[in-house]
Amino acid sequence: MTMPLLELKSLNVSFAGRDGITRAVKDLSYTLKTSETLGIVGESGSGKTQSVMSLMGLLPHNATVSGKAMLNGTDLLALSQSELNRVRGKDIAMVFQDPMTSLNPHLTVGAQMSLVARRHLGKSKRDALAECRLMLEAVRIPEVAKRMTQYPHELSGGMRQRVMIATALLCKPKLLIADEPTTALDVTVQAQILELMCELQTDFATAILLITHDMGVVAGTCDRVLVMSKGECVEENFVEPLFATPQHPYTRALLAAVPRLNEVNTELNQPTDTAQRLEARGLEVTYSVDSKRFLAAAHQLKALRGVDLNLIAGETLGVVGESGCGKSTLARAVLNLIPSSAGDVLLMGESLQKLTTKQLRAMRSDMQIIFQDPLASLNPRMTIADILCEPLDTYHPNLSRAEKLRRASIMIEKVGLSPEQLTRYPHEFSGGQCQRIGIARALMFEPKLIVCDEPVSALDVSVQAKVVQLLIELQKELNLSLVFIAHDLAVVRQISHRVMVMYLGKVVELADRDEIYSSPRHPYTRALISAVPIPDPKIQQSLGFAAISGDLPSPLHPPAGCAFCTRCPLAEPRCANEEPPLRAVGRSMVACHLAD
Amino acid sequence: MLRFTVKRFFGAIPTLLVLMVLAFTLIRVAPGGPFDSEKQLSAEIQERLNAAYHLDEPLWQQFIRYLGNLLQGDFGPSFAYADYTVSELIATGFPVSLKLGSLAMLLAIIAGVAIGTMAALKQNTRTDYVVMTAAMTGVSVPTFVIAPLLVLVFAVTLQWFPAGGLGDWRNLVLPVIALALPQIAYIARLTRGSMIEVLRSDYIRTARAQGLTQIEILFHHALKPAILPVVSYLGPATAAIITGSVVVEQIFGVPGLGRFFVQGALNRDYTLVMGIVVFYGVLIICFNFFVDIAYRWLDPRVKL
Repeated sequence: MTMPLLELKSLNVSFAGRDGITRAVKDLSYTLKTSETLGIVGESGSGKTQSVMSLMGLLPHNATVSGKAMLNGTDLLALSQSELNRVRGKDIAMVFQDPMTSLNPHLTVGAQMSLVARRHLGKSKRDALAECRLMLEAVRIPEVAKRMTQYPHELSGGMRQRVMIATALLCKPKLLIADEPTTALDVTVQAQILELMCELQTDFATAILLITHDMGVVAGTCDRVLVMSKGECVEENFVEPLFATPQHPYTRALLAAVPRLNEVNTELNQPTDTAQRLEARGLEVTYSVDSKRFLAAAHQLKALRGVDLNLIAGETLGVVGESGCGKSTLARAVLNLIPSSAGDVLLMGESLQKLTTKQLRAMRSDMQIIFQDPLASLNPRMTIADILCEPLDTYHPNLSRAEKLRRASIMIEKVGLSPEQLTRYPHEFSGGQCQRIGIARALMFEPKLIVCDEPVSALDVSVQAKVVQLLIELQKELNLSLVFIAHDLAVVRQISHRVMVMYLGKVVELADRDEIYSSPRHPYTRALISAVPIPDPKIQQSLGFAAISGDLPSPLHPPAGCAFCTRCPLAEPRCANEEPPLRAVGRSMVACHLAD
Repeated sequence: MLRFTVKRFFGAIPTLLVLMVLAFTLIRVAPGGPFDSEKQLSAEIQERLNAAYHLDEPLWQQFIRYLGNLLQGDFGPSFAYADYTVSELIATGFPVSLKLGSLAMLLAIIAGVAIGTMAALKQNTRTDYVVMTAAMTGVSVPTFVIAPLLVLVFAVTLQWFPAGGLGDWRNLVLPVIALALPQIAYIARLTRGSMIEVLRSDYIRTARAQGLTQIEILFHHALKPAILPVVSYLGPATAAIITGSVVVEQIFGVPGLGRFFVQGALNRDYTLVMGIVVFYGVLIICFNFFVDIAYRWLDPRVKL
């Protein structure tokens, strides 16, 4: 038997904190062979990231590590700082979750990449830059020479992650650690990146340690999987048996919680009242983007290019699309939180644009928003009671404090927390609990409409499912209308009555949820759906990733004709000239010349 | 960019006007006048002098007249230094002050950034505490206390450097240090704070994961973002060094613009005081503008 590339022997990581010692990783052992992919799966706080950070010597100072981590016979944990510096970046490389913050915003791509080549390959500045160009070509970045001189913020998210991967592979490492490499990316881009990683692994014969929370990603990429919970390995197996016959209850729970595109296990509210709650007609939003050049005029960025929507009482409209498609702008424009440049929004028949500031403020209690980052959207210096009572101070200033607290207690029970928790502060709650508080705060107004802007994307899958279920129940009870914005198509399917797909500020398809998932008519919708990783290794590994190539075009200069024509596999000459209107095809509304 | 330049240019006009009105009023409110001396002048001569310099006109008329002359680049004659125009005096004094000020600024930036970085790397150790306590003291102790102390120690007791005057480089050492010390302290504090933040960021973690050494990380990755707050402080720092120079030049007897300013104020040399105020005002406004441009150049994400 050959020696494994990496062998972990009873790794322990603990942190000394104010409340004593926290054990983040407990007695973790595993092996990894050359050019094998091991997936480490677990929810946040399971210690999966800490376990690899300890290998890289990247833990904070208050951490204690024990055990052995043998890479080709060298114990990584016993290396001195300078010995470690010769290993990391060269033999082990790492790709991090958020490519925006993980790249230095002050250095050009070429500058930060070449530093690595110069350090480990001992190359001159010129040779190092040449090496970087080759590697950027290997990760299939177009216009390499131009990219080398650009700063990270000038690149798209997918492009940044490609740069991260290219940098990691510069020294042809034996082991590549990827910590949630696609979590911050859109599904379409995620598919491209995962495919790239699989191909490069074959080319470079690199072993990959893939850390993720997404069972779909694991199913498509990994040879073996290790499931972690609360710092311990609860199950380890080859990928197919793990999905087919999970042994540990935690693995089973994790698999069950994964929202699947092809099955729906939620029962939606049946709207009875057909009166329109919310209508938007031809909504347009334009941002002015200042040019960096000396004499150039400001650019006009059209974030929304004429969006119509309607929503009846007790109904949920799901909105999906890649980042940059105008989803969040739509959320804000619908609530009149940002001015729209054209079009109109009607809430229960009243045009929001025509209201005075005072009337609009009175209307605000009917329309609420829930934000993406649950913790950041709660004031850290206010108790939960204060956070929940604040809306009442504005809209019912005559209520006594006791009455306000009574209402807050009722509401917090409604979202599944207990009234004793009212005196605590936001940081004492988990992400899911914070989002429940955010929902409770929105409900304090007794609103008719809630716009949920990516409400569950920051949460673990098991928590996601619970929050979605909570929203569905609250909708039934209070006859709420919801606009549910998300990039995760599976989650959208669980909660929405109808689904709207957006691309570059326009609606490209709108249909009932079962219709759109079973027979998507727009090529973009089809691409989005096929890019979602399926949590089944047999299906996923036979299908492969990468549904559509390329990035979203710049919204500053949207393509003429059909906005999607630059990436569409079916595009015909007329698509580039003629803009397709949104028209009825079957039971869907589609904006495509070719749909029938 | 052009919009920014134009906006800043027109924004500077009201600032300068307010500055001039304030300075003009304040110096006139001060008792006495430019031609008061121990020897009492006869009323007739006094009147003629006033008429010659338009001091008999109402204040607002004098102010308008001054503005009119200023627009033509004429700062007017000095009242106290006979035969000199204010422009000539500025031309004599400014090179001296510029030398002093820019040396002090250079010292402040280099020493401040170095000390701040060192403290950040040794965060929460004894080095950090000692350096930062010293910096805190530096910020709090005014120049007019530090300068005489420096003279006492290095000029009088140790006799390393001359106590004042203008000669070779040795004359500059003490005034430059006195001028720079509070700025060193402030810049060190700024650098420490931002450096600690930068060292905690994700991209520094990436750099460490790439096996770069501490030095490489510091110079290639961390220094540029960490000194951004220092760059934006350079505007206020210039103003502080200019005000500091007024005190320091007086104490060390350096014949710079600051000394002219103090003498001008004591002599009620109205035009000289106004001239220096306007000159420094324009200088500070310009410098702030350049700092903003530099900031933009350093931080690729900032748009103007």
